[in-house]
Amino acid sequence: MTQPTPPRTDVPAIEIAGLYKRFGDNEVLKGIDLTVKAGQVVCVIGPSGSGKSTLLRCVNRLEEPTSGQIRVEGIDILDPEIDLDKVRARIGMVFQSFNLFPHLTVLRNLTISQRRVLGRSKGEAEEIARANLERVGLSDKIDAYPAHLSGGQQQRAAIARSLSMSPDMMLFDEPTSALDPELVGDVLDVMRALADSGMTMMVVTHEMGFAREVGDELVFMDDGMIVEEGNPRDVLANPRHDRTRAFLAKVL
Amino acid sequence: MRRTTRRRLTRGAMYALFVAAIGLIAMAADWERLRRVFFQLDVAREQFPEIVTIAAKNTVLFTVISFSGGLVLGVTLALMKLSPVLPYRWLATVYIEVFRGLPALLTIFGIAYVLPIAFGVRAPGGSVGAGLVALIMVAGAYIAEIVRAGIQGVPKGQSEAARSLGMSPARTMFFIVLPQAFRIVIPPITNEFVLLVKDTSLLFIAGSTLLTKEITTFSRDAVSTSGNATPLVMGGMLYLLITIPLTRLVAVLERRMAKTR
Repeated sequence: MTQPTPPRTDVPAIEIAGLYKRFGDNEVLKGIDLTVKAGQVVCVIGPSGSGKSTLLRCVNRLEEPTSGQIRVEGIDILDPEIDLDKVRARIGMVFQSFNLFPHLTVLRNLTISQRRVLGRSKGEAEEIARANLERVGLSDKIDAYPAHLSGGQQQRAAIARSLSMSPDMMLFDEPTSALDPELVGDVLDVMRALADSGMTMMVVTHEMGFAREVGDELVFMDDGMIVEEGNPRDVLANPRHDRTRAFLAKVL
Repeated sequence: MRRTTRRRLTRGAMYALFVAAIGLIAMAADWERLRRVFFQLDVAREQFPEIVTIAAKNTVLFTVISFSGGLVLGVTLALMKLSPVLPYRWLATVYIEVFRGLPALLTIFGIAYVLPIAFGVRAPGGSVGAGLVALIMVAGAYIAEIVRAGIQGVPKGQSEAARSLGMSPARTMFFIVLPQAFRIVIPPITNEFVLLVKDTSLLFIAGSTLLTKEITTFSRDAVSTSGNATPLVMGGMLYLLITIPLTRLVAVLERRMAKTR
């Protein structure tokens, strides 16, 4: 039980088909089809309100899709019969606002769900937590409370918290948008190293440099639809659609 | 005249008025009579040790019992009120509205006298037991609203993060949301505790024996047997001895908590 099974590589990590999401009268996602293969880094860019965060949050069902299909490692996560908590434990999620647990030390932030969800022993959980803190360069903050960390440190601790669950894939929801500019680099470095280690990643971001250098695939969304997708270098250098071109002209 | 001069003169006049008023009261007051009615040493001495070993002890004991019971009931009601199951929400809402709306005195009276007569139901522990059950029911309603507000005061991202890590709704509530909610509610819930210290004085309506008197009942009875108001002053001082350290403690806790948030 404590040894997680390795990620499956014979099926796509994430498979989204015909996904719609409506908040009241507001249609946020209008038919999304997207596949993330195991080991791939897919970056999602687009203007605010384009639905990219909602799309990401649908993948672990923090948002309930209105219709469509989402498969994670071949499992239909919209099937009411599945154990959603089990699926979520295999999907790491990193939020724009970090969402570390303020009443727990960094170490307890990293161990609580290992122990309560995966049933790991205290010793094992702490060992894994230490290893992941070292990975994100926060070994010296192990006993600190989140309030005593800078934004960049908090985000790296949050990444380490997700990694401690030994997830098969990681979702990043604008992980650097709430950070002071000088703290963005450290977080991106951690994410880059993670991508290099072969982690499957879906990243909603405004960091075009990161998308170009680290991403295997770039998805441009606007108005609830995928307008364009492809190799990041190609899309960024030669956008085929007017809307992509207009957006890139503004941010680059 | 310059503005600073004028301000200084006004302030001087205010001090003078204050001193004059105090002086007037001090001169007009019948000190001997005041001392005789409110501060008689031999009457005061007669109250010991019972005023501490029975009255103060009971006030603290009854407060702790009704607060603990009210806390359990209140958290349960708060969780019911936030439940996705509609009947639970209704039930909690009706309960909270009723017992916050009724005077505590009436609830105590109802549980102690009306319930046994109407249904033959008797609370355990005699009349004090009945009174305590009523206080728990009332405290539960108030604490429920405090705890609900506390739970809703925890940012949504906290439960989203916990759920994303695979925690079930129950684990998320108990390990992530409730601990943070309790920090938020410490000031209002201490306020509720202080209110309960005073509300134990309402237990007299349920009736009390020699051993179950709390401070107010004890002082009142001592006033009528001694024909002197000294026990009342002593009772009042005992209440303050209990409540003031509590409110001070909260201030310290709040300050310490502000550091880790």
